Amino acid sequence: MAGMETLNFAFDGGRPLAPFAPTLVGVVASGNLEVLVEPSDDTGCRIAVDTSARGFGPVWEAVLRDFHERHGLGGIAVAIHDMGATPAVVSLRLDQAIAAIAGDA
Amino acid sequence: MTVVAESAWTRQRDDRAARLARAGTLAGVRGKIVDADAAIALLEALIEPGDRVCLEGDNQKQADFLARALAGVTPERVHDLHMVQSVLSLPEHLDIFETGIASKLDFSFSGPQSLRLAQLLGQGKLKIGAIHTYLELFGRYFVDLTPKVALVAAQMADRQGNLYTGPNTEDTPAIVEATAFKSGIVVAQVDRIVDTLPRVDIPSDWVDFVVQAPEPAFIEPLFTRDPAQISEIQVLMAMMAIKGIYAEYGVQSLNHGIGFDTAAIELLLPTYGERLGLKGRICRHWALNPHPALIPAIEAGWVESVHSFGSELGMEDYVRARPDVFFTGPDGSLRSNRAFCQAAGHYACDLFIGSTLQMDMAGNSSTATLGRIAGFGGAPNMGADARGRRHASQAWLKAGREARDGLPGARGTPRGQKLVVQMVETFREHMQPAFVETLDAWQLAEQAGMPLPPVMIYGEDVTHVLTEEGIANLLLCRDDEEREHAIRGVAGFTPAGRARDKALVDKLRARGVIRRPADLGIDPRDATRNLLAARSMRDLVRASGGLYRPPRRFRNW
Repeated sequence: MAGMETLNFAFDGGRPLAPFAPTLVGVVASGNLEVLVEPSDDTGCRIAVDTSARGFGPVWEAVLRDFHERHGLGGIAVAIHDMGATPAVVSLRLDQAIAAIAGDA
Repeated sequence: MTVVAESAWTRQRDDRAARLARAGTLAGVRGKIVDADAAIALLEALIEPGDRVCLEGDNQKQADFLARALAGVTPERVHDLHMVQSVLSLPEHLDIFETGIASKLDFSFSGPQSLRLAQLLGQGKLKIGAIHTYLELFGRYFVDLTPKVALVAAQMADRQGNLYTGPNTEDTPAIVEATAFKSGIVVAQVDRIVDTLPRVDIPSDWVDFVVQAPEPAFIEPLFTRDPAQISEIQVLMAMMAIKGIYAEYGVQSLNHGIGFDTAAIELLLPTYGERLGLKGRICRHWALNPHPALIPAIEAGWVESVHSFGSELGMEDYVRARPDVFFTGPDGSLRSNRAFCQAAGHYACDLFIGSTLQMDMAGNSSTATLGRIAGFGGAPNMGADARGRRHASQAWLKAGREARDGLPGARGTPRGQKLVVQMVETFREHMQPAFVETLDAWQLAEQAGMPLPPVMIYGEDVTHVLTEEGIANLLLCRDDEEREHAIRGVAGFTPAGRARDKALVDKLRARGVIRRPADLGIDPRDATRNLLAARSMRDLVRASGGLYRPPRRFRNW
């Protein structure tokens, strides 16, 4: 999509989750975002971000690093479709996704 | 002994009489009643070059017809006026500076015209005396900025010139009192002239002329917030405010700023607040306009009293049906009064909570942005410790104890303190950080040649900073470094927040200076819109039993 920016992050380490089904939370709407968490063969945590707000790489890096430190999860791949959500909303959606997975397991 | 001629002591009164005599001979002026199409001629007869003129522009109600009439006078006859008015909101308020009718301005707030005001100042078209808070400007009406002519707005007049200002009384009594009792002249525009008024808000002998305007005075529904637009993050912050501040201090009397953040608090009282068992223990008395978002809390029996600065469109019938809560006249409608409500908010409330555009690391906050001169309105009066307060309350004493504990001498003398809470998401719209190292206000002061940076609420007065990341209790900070890191510690992922010293922030958290949602027993995942007592405008109407009638633009059903 025109004007979108794609960012990729990888964080090493972390404990693997019990097997889980791909989990989706949030919606792609202005000021909001969609988070898809899937199992991955990697040991670490890979996060791909598609965002409508360009130029916020360092903020994404800080928000996602904080997420990784908070949950310490490995073996997951996260895909984010962002429509200008604030870091607070991003963190909340990531926590909701992990909680939904934990609830399933 | 020199005898001073009697007339030397009555110049203002004599001058007033001469102007009234001039006006009295105009076609279209019959006693106090003036035809709409004679309004410009009336103003040309009454106003002289260099006069101090108050054009009633309030937060909500506008003397818009008289503003247009003033903009229509001949600049060769009427020029270089010194305008003293609380709010600049209509284009005409600035047109008169463009044409030279006015040249000097003392005011409080210019939100909608802030950009053009800065441009006119830059072009040398006007001089600003000072930017005030409302109470401060009203105060000066009685000291050194007394209007010679006041142009005010009322809903109705009778044929004697008594005025009914109705629910939107706002600034009118303060303006008229200062003008009428210092040999000034009061002109009122009214929506209708009637035989009998519902009640008298301004007595006729304080009013010189009444003009029935072709259209009702413009009133802005400034305090209506659609609950549908409240976000989960705002719900989370509202939970933190209620549990971490209101309950903690036992806040009984308070004022809420405008915005979705505080609307979320109002809508959480009957749900989350009720669940915490706080009904009757917090939020009983308010200095607040009739916010539609307060309806569910009122209906659930939380609210004992509300005194208002102004009214809110659509709330007329609801207020009329709840006279135990609101201040109403014998006719049943709301009586608002900005001066009294500002005084009430300053001296009689335990807490102010509001929002800002920018906060620096000393806790100073400002809504000033480059290229705009927006002014202050009432927030500095609400958001400041009332140094003259002497009556005690649980919240005021606890805040004072926290601030003074262990301090020696004068600084340690027991006294209370007002709770001043700044509630801000760390990022605003378009990812603008709310926390900054330097306020735009400093650069603006330099650009516009102001004597001081336009700080809305001083860091010295702020007691708590509330963001989605946590609450920083600045009362517990003992030096500038602690204060700075208490603020950085809740500034999230903004550059100012990422520049935190993690070890110091952890130490402050261990001491309870910083409290995260988890420290308050709040799980952010519980912060859903389901907690809101009303989730739409329609819910608010339903909660009011159909008494609340939102303006059309808020109705989407």
